[in-house]
Amino acid sequence: MSLARRIFGLTAAVGLLSQLWACSSIEPWVKPYERERLADPIMAFDRNPVSSAYMDHVIEVRSASRGGSGAAGGGCGCN
Amino acid sequence: MQLNLPLRRGGRWLAPVAAGALCLLYGAPSRTDVLPEDRADALGTYYSGGGQDITGMSVLVRKKVGDHVSLSYNHLEDIVSGASIDVRTSGASPYREKRAQDGLNGEFLYGKTTYTLGVTHSYEPDYRSNTASFGISQSMFGDLTTVSMTYHRTWNNVFRMTCLIDDPKLDYPCVEKVHDTSFGKKDMDERSYGVGLTQILTRNSIISANFEVITDQGWLSNPYRSIMYATPGSGAGFALGPEVDPSTRTSNALGLDYKYFLPWHAAVDLQYRYFEDTWHIRAQTAQVGYTQPWHNFTFDGDFRFYTQTHADFYSDLFSSANVQNFESRNRELSRFNSFTVGTGVSYEFHIPHAAFLSRSTANFRVDHFLFDYKDFRDALLIDPSKGMAAGTEPLYSVQLNVMQLFFSVWY
Amino acid sequence: MLTRWTRLGLMALTTVIFATTAGAAADQPAPGFSLPARGGSTIDLSQYKGQVVMINFWASWCVPCRQEMPLLDSIYKKYKPLGFTLLSVNVEPDQKDAESFLKQTPVTFPVVFDAKSKVSGLYNVQGMPTTVFIDRKGNVRLMHVSYKAGDENLYMDQIRTLLRE
Repeated sequence: MSLARRIFGLTAAVGLLSQLWACSSIEPWVKPYERERLADPIMAFDRNPVSSAYMDHVIEVRSASRGGSGAAGGGCGCN
Repeated sequence: MQLNLPLRRGGRWLAPVAAGALCLLYGAPSRTDVLPEDRADALGTYYSGGGQDITGMSVLVRKKVGDHVSLSYNHLEDIVSGASIDVRTSGASPYREKRAQDGLNGEFLYGKTTYTLGVTHSYEPDYRSNTASFGISQSMFGDLTTVSMTYHRTWNNVFRMTCLIDDPKLDYPCVEKVHDTSFGKKDMDERSYGVGLTQILTRNSIISANFEVITDQGWLSNPYRSIMYATPGSGAGFALGPEVDPSTRTSNALGLDYKYFLPWHAAVDLQYRYFEDTWHIRAQTAQVGYTQPWHNFTFDGDFRFYTQTHADFYSDLFSSANVQNFESRNRELSRFNSFTVGTGVSYEFHIPHAAFLSRSTANFRVDHFLFDYKDFRDALLIDPSKGMAAGTEPLYSVQLNVMQLFFSVWY
Repeated sequence: MLTRWTRLGLMALTTVIFATTAGAAADQPAPGFSLPARGGSTIDLSQYKGQVVMINFWASWCVPCRQEMPLLDSIYKKYKPLGFTLLSVNVEPDQKDAESFLKQTPVTFPVVFDAKSKVSGLYNVQGMPTTVFIDRKGNVRLMHVSYKAGDENLYMDQIRTLLRE
């Protein structure tokens, strides 16, 4: 089996599988009308974005690690 | 736990990113998702500890324009007063300085896909930073799953200030600062690539995973921090030298966030993050949070533990000048543990005669940090005449208090 | 000769075709139900036979649902004399939040409580809100998922079409 055919077959499989996974209507196991708890503000990942952006900044300035929180950076030459 | 991620090739995260991208090409929008709510927030902050006081403010306004677009504008300012231990160790005086940042962000919703574009401009006398951001997020599986990709590109200019007028009689002796022309302007560029997955697990729980690769290039040192090297038999027994960092840095971070709804109407939040970079720093964060609403109030409590190892070119005291190509005594690159306890209270109320405001809250939050350095010493305590030679002084530790007061309205 | 990857691709393709043809229940008899109503009585769908019925599945935690409520009330008032009724089905397990929302945003159409999600399941509700149009013969003619500004015109067009039959 040639490399070209292998690549084509893999791309087709990935493309069609992603179509299946992402775009077709697989039955959700939590129905839309069962989402009342998840819709509660206390279940939001970021209830107060301005406050959490500030805390993320304080933490990032005082440590070496960055990223992985889904928050965007910002510049600061803080001493 | 040791994650051996291929730092240079970054191939591990390519497959889900490609699958997500392909789906966006084939995807047929069926039902609409929702844009973020319209809201405005005004925040005042006060940070105190380690010889520094920082008062800050931040304002954000977000509004939908039509059915498909949500725009937001954010302006924030910090006024830094005092001097951290690093500034004092290098012999500089306490100062007062202002930093400001403006950001504009737009979200565009088409079917089940949200596109995000943002720009941020940050400026202070010795640092200018511009960031452009782009993101795509896609809802799938009956909205149980959201996949996202983000890209940020940052351009930084670093300057160094020197004191033109330094009056020791004042609280902030460094009264007038100018750019150090011998230092000039140094550039630093950053690129960040992120993928995220949010998954509803059950009626009561949701989990989010985020993986981000960040690469830096350019002048990565700090213009004010110095390294210390031993000079036995002379004066204080040590001398200061310039900090020299490598000109590139690539880091990987993987964050997980799990939220669970408790039957008595409360929520618990568990977070874990793992970080590693090409400077051989490894860091882990673990955080537990609890949220309890009660009538019009909502109470939050958080506990966070953080630990990191030092960069391979870091040392508190080098054996002699120029013993390594890269040298740093930057405490942010040292080995340390940090504990944070935080608590917040939020009160929801209705503003009379303001029917266009559907909701408003007053919020107060306080966080207490403890930093325990394992290989960074309090160099201000060095005093050979009292037997405290460089390298034997106590390890540094610092406690910080951060207070936030903010108001939010929804319309 | 089919490679392993091509076979996998074809399997995925056939699954996609089957999955995407799983459809809604248009042009079929509307499933009957009986639910407790606001005010204490019980409402059965069969009591509206002969009228055009619009069923709206909603919840107080759903922002577009809350936005369309006042518009649904005007639609109800406008077409009720012509043989139309709007049946509002609240899908929350606890009626307390629905009652407190309706106190702030009063409506004149009947509201029933589907606390155990029986009817939501029967109608295969795919998103919030979901609006179902049932003709005079008791058949489901259209299922509309979600609400955005302007959809109320779509509702009124559908109601007028069904009233003329």
